[in-house]
Amino acid sequence: MKKNVIKTAAVATLAVSLVWSAVGAQAATSGTIKVGILHSLSGTMAISETTVVNAELMAIEEINKAGGVLGKKIVPVKEDGASDPAIFAEKAKKLITKDKVATVFGGWTSSSRKAMKPVFEQYKGLLWYPVQYEGLESSPNIFYTGATTNQQIIPSVDYLLENKGKTFFLLGSDYVFPRTANKIIKAQLKAKKGTVVAEEYTPMGHTDYSTIISKIKSSKAKVVYNTLNGDSNVAFFKQLKDAGLSSKDVTVLSVSVAEEEIRAIGTSVLTGHLAAWNYYQTTNTPENKKFVAAYKAKYGKDKVTSDPMEAGYTAVYLWAKAVEKAKSTDVAKVKAAAKGLTFNAPEGKVTVDGATQHIYKTVRIGEVQSNGMFKEVWSTKGPVKPDPYLKSYTWAKGL
Amino acid sequence: MEVMLQQVFNGVSVSSILLLVALGLAITFGLMNVINMAHGEFIMIGAYATFVTQNIFMDYFPQEAFGYYFVVAIFISFIVAFIFGFILEVSLIRFLYGRPLDSLLATWGVGLMLQQLARSIFGAPNVAVTSPQWLEGGLEVMDTIFPYKRLFIIGLVILTLTVMYFYIYRSHAGRQMRAVMQNRQMASCLGISTRRVDAVTFAIGSGIAGIAGYALTLMGPIGPSLGTYYIVDAFMVVVLGGVGKLVGTIIGASGIGIANVLFEFWQGTSIGKVFVFLCIIAFLQWKPMGFVTLKSRSLD
Repeated sequence: MKKNVIKTAAVATLAVSLVWSAVGAQAATSGTIKVGILHSLSGTMAISETTVVNAELMAIEEINKAGGVLGKKIVPVKEDGASDPAIFAEKAKKLITKDKVATVFGGWTSSSRKAMKPVFEQYKGLLWYPVQYEGLESSPNIFYTGATTNQQIIPSVDYLLENKGKTFFLLGSDYVFPRTANKIIKAQLKAKKGTVVAEEYTPMGHTDYSTIISKIKSSKAKVVYNTLNGDSNVAFFKQLKDAGLSSKDVTVLSVSVAEEEIRAIGTSVLTGHLAAWNYYQTTNTPENKKFVAAYKAKYGKDKVTSDPMEAGYTAVYLWAKAVEKAKSTDVAKVKAAAKGLTFNAPEGKVTVDGATQHIYKTVRIGEVQSNGMFKEVWSTKGPVKPDPYLKSYTWAKGL
Repeated sequence: MEVMLQQVFNGVSVSSILLLVALGLAITFGLMNVINMAHGEFIMIGAYATFVTQNIFMDYFPQEAFGYYFVVAIFISFIVAFIFGFILEVSLIRFLYGRPLDSLLATWGVGLMLQQLARSIFGAPNVAVTSPQWLEGGLEVMDTIFPYKRLFIIGLVILTLTVMYFYIYRSHAGRQMRAVMQNRQMASCLGISTRRVDAVTFAIGSGIAGIAGYALTLMGPIGPSLGTYYIVDAFMVVVLGGVGKLVGTIIGASGIGIANVLFEFWQGTSIGKVFVFLCIIAFLQWKPMGFVTLKSRSLD
């Protein structure tokens, strides 16, 4: 009896998925262009990634309203990466080979990107990756619209050295991004006469920071460079404030705390601390005013916009512009057309760097205000040229 | 010296949090032998109950009354988790006594369902609970700050333990509970409704998990997956302390809490955790039944 139930369930799932793929296949026939949206809609990363999906869908809708690309409507094919790199790879293959999408917008964690990279390279697909990451990578089949290290971490360390102090406490979650980021920061501080007083990593989901906070206190560090990820940030900031350390005693600069995270952590414990991004909801450009208003109108007045969302939104527009310029959705032609392409994004003007397939981005340091928004306290003079391998920094040799 | 004092306090504080998280499990797993993988989700329920209480106070009560929400929430979180636990026992656990593997899988499934339920009601992102004004700041002793929130949790644990002690060892209901857990047939022969006692006992264990969730809103994230961060620690405490005795749970929590803080201070968090696990494994090789073993003449 039990077996029968399982069988029935399996048949039902199969039937449903067949119907779904049939629906997908139909859409391809008429005057439309299919694109893949591949983010985690379930699992731990769903919290962050669904907001990027929203922004990407909004961009597609806007482009369609304005007439589409090459006179055709864009049809998004949504897939769930389920916070699992293996599933990301599998779904990427499905989107390219079965759905025959023109391009894919997707990924968040570095591990999901690393899993998708060989798939896109093997099947000659095209991926737009919208999140800041640890750099040291470029692929002919990926465009990176988030910041690489020299568009986020390196300028922020310079800012801290000049304005906040020379003693750094490095704190991160124990995985690829924080460890790579800290390797770069240590090399940079060595070259610029800063000191690293301690380097600490905590497992994902760690919730008690009392010992780390004691260490921060006794180290007399002026700056905590925070690469913690996800829920750990909530525990860390709450306990930091309770331990009597405010932003006046020690400045914490975070690289993965954006508008959405501020709400979950609680504004009161974050006020005065810093973040480094390329975009804030408060970024003052006419394009951003439109972007924020449109997003709130579509998804709700209480919703906030953040850096990765903006990067996802920008990615869709850049791809559409490249397709228009190439007069084709062919990957090789789109890549050639994307070279040097500019777009007035909500964060300001961005330009595609043909050699690295990253984009020029303005770097901004924001301070958390009591209303849960960032106030920009510093920015680079203009967009910074992407340098994922840090070739233009002498101190970065041998990293 | 300052650092030492701070670390001793941190050790006590971490132990108190572990103990609070594990106390409910000491009843459902320790006394009743139900491998309850949904224990973490009862903690989450308690945390969300606190969140809801806070919102109600914010919306319907005058500003001055806001500080009191945290006193009210302690009862609300217990009651809500108690009700959930009661329903779970009556509808599922009851049929799985004596089948540890089945109850492990079933409660794990229930845990996932409860997480999804929280996600549908409150959304996937974490929510923020503003702690009351009177818990802000800390007590300063010799340049060391003891945060009021951590002191509050230590106090709460002592209070919970005392109430539990009097309930289990000094009240009529507690006596019935111990009778049923130690010798079911005999208790039943003497006219105790074992079914009712089972349901109430399980619900009390869940309710205490709810109180743990309430306290954790002071320290950490409040989201649907909150329980998963604490479930392993909770089981470790109960197993290390010895199944079936409250004293064991207290010793287990203090042992793990202090070891955690020491190793973390000395070697960093990730490696520190590894050392703690190694110590626990070594200890259980030596004393497989945990610190305190229950000597019983019952045949099970």
